[in-house]
Amino acid sequence: MGTVRRFSFIECDADTVWAFVGAPERLHEWFPITSCRVEGNKRWIELAAGITFEEDIVTLDHDLRRFQYKIVNNPLITFHLGTVDVIPDGPNRCLLMYSTDMDPEVLALPIGGAAGVGIAKVKEMFDRK
Amino acid sequence: MGRKILFITTDQQRYDALGCNGGLIARTPTIDALSKHGITFDRAHPQNVVCMPSRSTMLTGQHVATHGVWMNGVPLPEDAPSIAADLRETGYATALIGKAHFEPLLDPFLRFTENRMGAHRTTNENPNDPHRGFDHMELATHGAAGALHYSQWIRDNHPESVLSYYRVLDNELQVNAEGGGDTKAPQVHVNPIPTEWYHTEWVAQRTIAWLESLPADKDWFCWMSFPDPHHPWDPPASEMHRVRWQDLDLPENYIANSTTREAVLDDKLRHWRGWYDGTFVSNYEAPARWVPATLTQDQVREVNAYTHVENELIDEAIAKVMGAIESRGWGNDLDVLYTTDHGEFQGDFGLLFKGPYHVDSLMRLPLIWRPAPSANIAPARVSAPVGHVSLAATFAHIAGIAQPSYVEAPRLPIHQAEAEQLGHERVLTEWDSVLFGKIVHLRTICRDNWVCTAALDGSMSRAGEGELYDLTHDPLQHVNRWDDPSVRALREDLLADMWDNLPSQQLPLRTMDAPV
Repeated sequence: MGTVRRFSFIECDADTVWAFVGAPERLHEWFPITSCRVEGNKRWIELAAGITFEEDIVTLDHDLRRFQYKIVNNPLITFHLGTVDVIPDGPNRCLLMYSTDMDPEVLALPIGGAAGVGIAKVKEMFDRK
Repeated sequence: MGRKILFITTDQQRYDALGCNGGLIARTPTIDALSKHGITFDRAHPQNVVCMPSRSTMLTGQHVATHGVWMNGVPLPEDAPSIAADLRETGYATALIGKAHFEPLLDPFLRFTENRMGAHRTTNENPNDPHRGFDHMELATHGAAGALHYSQWIRDNHPESVLSYYRVLDNELQVNAEGGGDTKAPQVHVNPIPTEWYHTEWVAQRTIAWLESLPADKDWFCWMSFPDPHHPWDPPASEMHRVRWQDLDLPENYIANSTTREAVLDDKLRHWRGWYDGTFVSNYEAPARWVPATLTQDQVREVNAYTHVENELIDEAIAKVMGAIESRGWGNDLDVLYTTDHGEFQGDFGLLFKGPYHVDSLMRLPLIWRPAPSANIAPARVSAPVGHVSLAATFAHIAGIAQPSYVEAPRLPIHQAEAEQLGHERVLTEWDSVLFGKIVHLRTICRDNWVCTAALDGSMSRAGEGELYDLTHDPLQHVNRWDDPSVRALREDLLADMWDNLPSQQLPLRTMDAPV
């Protein structure tokens, strides 16, 4: 099992950050993908290399500020669970964390790398100077 | 006009691969001629024994601790120093043709410029500020998979050959353990591709094409980087008649008796035996599902035969490029530097591939500098320890520019006495791997014909453990003297020297964004 975790503290309240990253259809606005489409509890994302992932949204908990999804119907990927958490750290600061557990384990690494890019972008967008 | 620079690298090639270094099988007359007329370094080490960190050292002139590419899969920052950029700044045309690998290859998001340029079939995304200072990049790796230029070329022009290469990764994206050839050795494969479509020939032809595009009076720096003889071992089948594996002797450092072999391995840091037994796979550079203890003598012979064939093809490709340079009238002003990024076990200790094993199999490399004939520098052999970390300063010296402030080692010497004058007393090598919790950290110094490796805390070793080899009396590095009281003072002196001279590691470690 490959497991990766990326995170950053953001100088912004958790509700504001969650309103953005907790919207599954807005993933392409921060994650380095080319497009994103949501229908019900399904999401499809397209990567720059032309690969499309079909995903099941399994958790969208606005109280916990947790989003979880699985890549499904992919002959290569035998297990996947991605988790985005926004955790308050006081009224004006929060922790944005992205975790992925998957098999094949090595695929977790490029997804983790992309998550690092995405988190940096969210931080750039929401950090209050 | 100044001196032109042809920087030739191979990938995963041993010191003894070449005739000029005592190799007896592969015929390498072109490289041997460079050695005969140049400076041949007999104790050249990489600063890391896998590709990305080692290549990053070549480009930046920095140790791994400084440039921060501590393992394959960790991208070299876009704004890292680059000797190519400095040469370009002074008017050199610059190119890198073949294997770059400063950035991860497994890149489904196309985050990295190398892959993106291949996918978009461009050789320069930004002519005003080209990637890492190279005006022209045409890139390749080991086969036809991926986004790089060679893969696109072969898909566009010879799609029937795409599947002729060995499949480097298996269905679970692990380095493939599947065997082939006559002996079913891992990563050996009979490749029906015609020689003229093979990546070695492609690298040479693309280099020639770039050189032919230049004005006659232009100074240039060309890094010609062959992906071979790195596994998979799948040279064109039509070339395999050159070396019959059945005719080969076993390598000198293959220990035939398994009891003796395992005793030698048990005398080293514990991760050696863990890998041999298949119980501890610390890094992605070898097939995780292959157990080295199963390696047979015939498999060692066959891997070596394929490797020798690949080395001959490289030599012949270099000859074509040298001929093209001569035909442009540049020969008298041409400096050639030849090396590789790291070595390969090729059967030593009953092992293949590479990893956290700081012995000559992986660390002693071919390194040759054939200065421009117009510079009137006498041929020499240099036994002083030198490293890739000196390459950037050497390129600057050849081009007549000041040594860049970012480099961490003096240029290469032109003879043994100058090695001492320039301060080439020691060479340092680092290893860090943390793949999914399997942790190995090593720091190594080579000085005075001793190699001393200190382990840091990891999964199988603790700080205070290590390896110490006497290269004079134990050139095969079978006897670990780390705990020998008679050399305790020497060990402590070597360790103190190493810590005094190794730059502080940049922390936190940069993230690993891919396995390779």
